[in-house]
Amino acid sequence: MKFSIMVNEGPYTHQASDTAFNFTRAALEAGHEIFRIFFYHDGVNNGTRMTTPPQDDRHVVNRWSELAEQHGLDMVVCVAAAQRRGILDADEAKRNGKDGDNIAPGFRISGLGQLIEAGIEADRLLVFGD
Amino acid sequence: MYVNRRAPHGTIYALEGLEVVLIGAAFDQDVCMVFIGDGVFQLKKGQDTSDSDIKNFSPTYRALGDYDVNRLYVERESLEDRGLAGGDLMELTWEDEDDDWNEKPSIQLVSRQELSDLMEAQDVILNF
Repeated sequence: MKFSIMVNEGPYTHQASDTAFNFTRAALEAGHEIFRIFFYHDGVNNGTRMTTPPQDDRHVVNRWSELAEQHGLDMVVCVAAAQRRGILDADEAKRNGKDGDNIAPGFRISGLGQLIEAGIEADRLLVFGD
Repeated sequence: MYVNRRAPHGTIYALEGLEVVLIGAAFDQDVCMVFIGDGVFQLKKGQDTSDSDIKNFSPTYRALGDYDVNRLYVERESLEDRGLAGGDLMELTWEDEDDDWNEKPSIQLVSRQELSDLMEAQDVILNF
């Protein structure tokens, strides 16, 4: 089956991102395809490389980046939601006159059209939120 | 199908959910919106945020008809639980080009059971 994943909450505060990650990993191990992972609302906060969580617990951002690299996953952060919350890549920083960027490896910033396409192209769209 | 479960203010889900609907409308899909639980408050008429410095985005719902989003299902039980009735909601309409551009109401009140059947029929369900 082809799945698309929507993550609507940020790391740690809600378990949504953990559940989404665990589902994604399990689906891949079972031989399914992940068409796209789309991060919306506070979910965009999964895409900052600036987190330093305690060492004795999971690193939510890094394991998304690692999983994406391992499986060639397409992880998209919504540009509108990212602008509201301060997640930027170099292009966004330049375009909006900011003095830095913070996007984590494996994530790309794009529009809501990517979410709509993800819903259309996959067999199932799963929404992980609060 | 876009399922809306939260009140218009207090969290951002209603506003950002509406943004998805408006952008999604450009993709020529067969869409509808559902309002359940506190989501029914999104359609309440007479919203006024002037005391709180937060943008009142309720007028945006009026544009949905122009974007071909003309099926807004509101759950009856959710209205009743909150002491609301159809008359408390904004009068949202759309123009039917197949019927001489007659103006028709976009909001339909449905029961929980009818909603369940509607959801069965969807290809994609997003919820906010």
